[in-house]
Amino acid sequence: MYCIINGETIHLPAHVRTVAQLLHHFHIHKKIAIVEINMHIVPKEDYEHTAIADGDRIEIVHFVGGG
Amino acid sequence: MLQIGPYTFHSRLLLGTGKFPNIDIQKEAVEASGAQILTFAVRRMNIFAPDQPNFLEKIDVTKYKLLPNTAGAKTAEEAVRIARLAKASGLCDMVKVEVIGCDQTLLPDPVETLKATEMLLEEGFIVLPYTSDDVVLAKRLQQLGCHAIMPGASPIGSGQGIINPLNIQFIIEQATVPVIIDAGIGGPADAALAMELGADGVLLNTAVASAKDPVKMAKAMKLAIEAGRLGYEAGRIPKKRYAIASSPIEGMSVVS
Repeated sequence: MYCIINGETIHLPAHVRTVAQLLHHFHIHKKIAIVEINMHIVPKEDYEHTAIADGDRIEIVHFVGGG
Repeated sequence: MLQIGPYTFHSRLLLGTGKFPNIDIQKEAVEASGAQILTFAVRRMNIFAPDQPNFLEKIDVTKYKLLPNTAGAKTAEEAVRIARLAKASGLCDMVKVEVIGCDQTLLPDPVETLKATEMLLEEGFIVLPYTSDDVVLAKRLQQLGCHAIMPGASPIGSGQGIINPLNIQFIIEQATVPVIIDAGIGGPADAALAMELGADGVLLNTAVASAKDPVKMAKAMKLAIEAGRLGYEAGRIPKKRYAIASSPIEGMSVVS
């Protein structure tokens, strides 16, 4: 399936079906990250059972240095 | 003590975390500054570089209050979206509203700032809006119930110091919430002046991060803010036009 992640169209293998699996896939599951799917924030406790679908617009953001 | 919403801080220095030469220097500078509130920005993660160092992961986040900003937002709606993302991290409930209205000066958009502040207060955030040095806008933000007012001293990152001390004083005199001077501080003297004028705190970033020795400058800022505050509490003498001798007039005959 294809999703738009952080503005880029990215192909995801078939076994990546949930937010938790998505974060594992990119090795960022231990990072402080916030996930938004189609403009809706996904609470951390929902990562395991929140499905991702073909064409989803996903934002994965984090904190960076700023003033 | 600095009181912002339900939180109390003994440090009156709020430190930004951008533009430091590297994470080790940054950690040391944060330590030297004594700051208890650190600001951050919310940005897209580079998912193809998961091993990139992130400052937040190198510090004990329980020791600090995180103050995410909404930098990058140009409308109230964008600011609210960024603030919600930050809060969803579960690490913070404070937000610095920053809605830029002019790319060259990076001055805040007063209308969108007011709107964003109102929306975020309704959602239960502890809201600290970055504003221009406009006393009327400061009043309007206060009326909404924001938890601090953060007027800029001069344009962000410009290091020009306080270009309109009169306006800053107007804001401080009428304030019913803490006033934190945010943006434009160049050196310790600027920070001390802000505190002498009666500000409750100073938020700065570039002045420390881009100094030749950020760690030393962090300490200098800490001391300047403490000195300025002490001076304010002590009450400075009024300025006079002519000299008034410090030594007594009596007993002058020894030299005449």
